Amino acid sequence: MRFHRTSAIVLRQFYLLRGSPVRVLPLFAWVAIDIVLWGFISRYLNTVARAGFDFVPVLLGAVLLWDFFTRVMHGVTMAFLEDVWSRNFLNIFASPLSIGEYLVGLVLSSIATSSVGLIMMVVLASMVFGLSFFGYGLLIVPFLLVLFLFGIALGILGSALVLRFGPASEWLVWPVPALLSPFSAVFYPVSTLPHWMRQVSCLLPPTYVFEGIRAILAGGGPGGAAMAWSVCLSVFYILLASWFFSRIYRQAVRSGLLARHSAESVT
Amino acid sequence: MSGPVTPKVLSVSRLRRVFHDTIAVDGISFEVGRNEIVGLLGPNGAGKTTTINMILGVLDPSSGTIRVEGVDISANGTLALERTNFAAVYAPLPGNLTVSQNLRVFGRLYGVKDLPMRIGELLDRFDLKDRKHVKCGVLSSGEQTRLSLVKALLNRPLLLLLDEPTASLDPATARDIRAKIREYAARDKAGVLWTSHNMYEVADVCDRVLFLSRGRILLEGDPRTLPREHGKETLEELFITVAREPLAFEQA
Repeated sequence: MRFHRTSAIVLRQFYLLRGSPVRVLPLFAWVAIDIVLWGFISRYLNTVARAGFDFVPVLLGAVLLWDFFTRVMHGVTMAFLEDVWSRNFLNIFASPLSIGEYLVGLVLSSIATSSVGLIMMVVLASMVFGLSFFGYGLLIVPFLLVLFLFGIALGILGSALVLRFGPASEWLVWPVPALLSPFSAVFYPVSTLPHWMRQVSCLLPPTYVFEGIRAILAGGGPGGAAMAWSVCLSVFYILLASWFFSRIYRQAVRSGLLARHSAESVT
Repeated sequence: MSGPVTPKVLSVSRLRRVFHDTIAVDGISFEVGRNEIVGLLGPNGAGKTTTINMILGVLDPSSGTIRVEGVDISANGTLALERTNFAAVYAPLPGNLTVSQNLRVFGRLYGVKDLPMRIGELLDRFDLKDRKHVKCGVLSSGEQTRLSLVKALLNRPLLLLLDEPTASLDPATARDIRAKIREYAARDKAGVLWTSHNMYEVADVCDRVLFLSRGRILLEGDPRTLPREHGKETLEELFITVAREPLAFEQA
């Protein structure tokens, strides 16, 4: 693993962001809109619900964390799609860059872009709606870690799918977080779900984060074992997604799909 | 007493690639030495780009081996590709980055030392200095071609693969580019594999040519003497004959 090669992918992403306000705006605009929308919904619910229950940390906190997870996933996928859109596969993959270095470059790019969104959300949610992360205590660190790791795993998986099925399949990748949200129990306890959905929930690391948040706000705390399990599960999914990407890449090299992305091979 | 044997820059042995029921490359073997420019010629569909894609590691051969400076590309692709680079009309640099941004990114990918100096030197040599801060997508096709060549020379490759490098250049610029590539091969002791449909260019720049048809090498030799050896006046005549009647050469 050579840092200079990995840093090339990050540098490319930095140049793209610096040179294009259209790319920068979505990093914080959509999450800001989400925070404002759910902030007001939470406030309204506080006025109509029974006294003493605060919806801000439950709903707004959940929205913030879920948006962070979504941004992490999209950060990886976007960095990959830049190569798809600019038909850059041949230049990239005919260089000494290894698949591991490429994936690490995508992940580092995502850290940078998702951090912008996270900072924006935290500032807005705390200053306008009074959301405080102090309520979650130090557990915010493993919460963010689990969501970050799982977002990375899904981002790598989404990139592998685009590599396998072509640029048009990006439309299958964008809605993946929305597809997972009902199972991840973002806004309600897992116990609300029917049995078969609960079976799926327990395989999704974000479930443990949102259950943990609700447990803390109810005066308890998430089980250490549950948090450790969700971290392990996330790491496992990253390894699985990286293996899957690598396998799809090897298949693309074997079948000629990779070469066809840039040129007609049989000439 | 003879000294140690220097490996060829490129050694291709019994290389074969089959797509379903189409044999794109059919067991070809050839070498490219240091200071040598080898022309890979053939009609459309002959297997030239497939061969280049396999050398670049973006397409697996069905069988056969490829070695760059003795390094097997299937065993150590990263090491082999550190010593290689390429330029092709179908692989332009991303149009949404400027000339210098693209070169900085690719310079890092190839681990180029003293990158700013190398970029400045090459932009100067290929007359692109005043286009440094222009987005690649708005460069003229000739400028894009020259930029691809700058990128291809960034890491001082021992093996340079050029797929129709002068296709979109005017004759004066094309001649200038040919001179620069020849100068590079001689000065940096590099080997160049060059595909082109311009036979005048091939005769001018290549030390040796390989005629490829239906995935097989039918002829090999000096582009200046090869036509006469086969009863033709020019390389272009020979090319047309090979393209139209490959069976005659296969049997020969």
